[in-house]
Amino acid sequence: MDSLAGVPVGRDGALTMARVIAKNVWKTYGDHVVLENVNLDVADREFVTIVGASGCGKTTFLKMLLGMETPSKGQILIDDKPIVPEPNADRGIVFQRYSLFPHLTVLENVMLGLEFERSALLGKLFGASRRNALANATKLLESIGLGSARDKYPAQLSGGMQQRLSIAQSVIRRPKILLLDEPFGALDPGITLDLHKLILEVWAANEMTIFMITHDIKESFQLGTRLLVFDKVRHDPQAPDAYGARVTYDLKLKPRAERAAALEALTA
Amino acid sequence: MRRLVNRHPGRGGAWALGALPFIILAFVYVIASNLRFAANPDDKLLPTPSVIAETVKQYTVEEDRRSGEILLWLDTWASLERILMALAISAAIGMVFGVATGVIPLVRATLAPFVAALSMIPPLAILPILFIVLGLGEVAKIALIVIGVAPVIIRDLALRAGELPQEQLIKAQTLGASTWQLIVRVVLPQIWPRLIDSLRLTLGAAWLFLIAAEAIASTEGLGYRIFLVRRYLAMDVILPYVVWITALAFAMDWLLRWIRSRACPWAEMAR
Repeated sequence: MDSLAGVPVGRDGALTMARVIAKNVWKTYGDHVVLENVNLDVADREFVTIVGASGCGKTTFLKMLLGMETPSKGQILIDDKPIVPEPNADRGIVFQRYSLFPHLTVLENVMLGLEFERSALLGKLFGASRRNALANATKLLESIGLGSARDKYPAQLSGGMQQRLSIAQSVIRRPKILLLDEPFGALDPGITLDLHKLILEVWAANEMTIFMITHDIKESFQLGTRLLVFDKVRHDPQAPDAYGARVTYDLKLKPRAERAAALEALTA
Repeated sequence: MRRLVNRHPGRGGAWALGALPFIILAFVYVIASNLRFAANPDDKLLPTPSVIAETVKQYTVEEDRRSGEILLWLDTWASLERILMALAISAAIGMVFGVATGVIPLVRATLAPFVAALSMIPPLAILPILFIVLGLGEVAKIALIVIGVAPVIIRDLALRAGELPQEQLIKAQTLGASTWQLIVRVVLPQIWPRLIDSLRLTLGAAWLFLIAAEAIASTEGLGYRIFLVRRYLAMDVILPYVVWITALAFAMDWLLRWIRSRACPWAEMAR
């Protein structure tokens, strides 16, 4: 399989680092405390896996990193700057479902990011610039094994292929941070393994920090360089919403270099 | 013997079953009209097929003695021009306001209650206003159809645009889309099939308003003709005209469905 590093695509911002810092972050909805006092310092190019019971704020935290939600208290910094409070091309996302565009073919789904970048008015490219974007997108598709499906619509793809495509679609803009919200939760175990390989390749070939929510503890240990567990420390049986979740475990796993070596062994 | 709910007709069987009600209706009509003809050769209420055929020939082939025009075609073009113009205008208005209402929260807050109120006005109640303000010409008739149809399309498209998965809109933004790019590349293309569906659903209402407007103030048109000959109890004209209007409406519906399947193949797949 080709390396994704070979695909020449540009990144918006001048910054290539992506250090993420959360300072005393709280999230409350009225009386309902979801997250309380989350403090984190995540280095550039880290692969952070996040686990925790349902409803303990993992997705809320991811949404704050994405810019869909803002902290009620505290601050999130990326490269020491306050986070942009709406989604932008710095941060890519792969949801569990619905993040593909059903009216576009596989190739067009991947090309879309380049078209948004280079055609402000129509969001569509023509002539030489279109051919250029097509070549980039095709190369990326082939590198992730979707070359033969380029003219299909997402509805014609299996779940695993759809998630492959969704990852490729996000990567083409080279986001500094890639957010994955249970990306493999709905897939068969065999297919999940292939996608693990893919996501490690993407991470190794691009300078990006990854945050990935998962239900699968084994997966979180296999992929991450760092594991976060979100859980509630305090409980009030009379008022279950009174206390929020925090990061209760913060484990260092295999560092990046070791992951890359393991990947090489896997692909060899 | 399988249960009734599990028995499906074959291809030919489905055709035959579908044709059955039409055949029965035609059969009943022929018998009834012949019975009435036998009792009274001057009967006007249920003209026999031969009388109808004679009248149809007179309206479709022969020129009218007074105007020198072939009446059915004259009426058909006049009505089609009005309804197609009105539907095109309604579709354009529906698309612009529907998408803006569905996607942009500030526009939704501004327009949604207004459009909701607007769509509750019975269009026929303001027909006199239209005739007073716009005169008795084409504009008033087209305006009536647009007023009746456009708010429904706006609300339908706004709902549909609002139903697009939030994930898609977020994803597009993480790919760098501006609001405008988001609308042009993500929302509009997915709304097209819904616009066509919406037009199909409003066809009936559009014809209703067209015929109402033509009945009141017009000098040609399918609705005008029906209401004109009503004075002479000319069922031999009215019945073929009703069948013709139905056929036109049916053809428009079929054409829209065909366009949808051609222009948006992905929409058929997603179901």
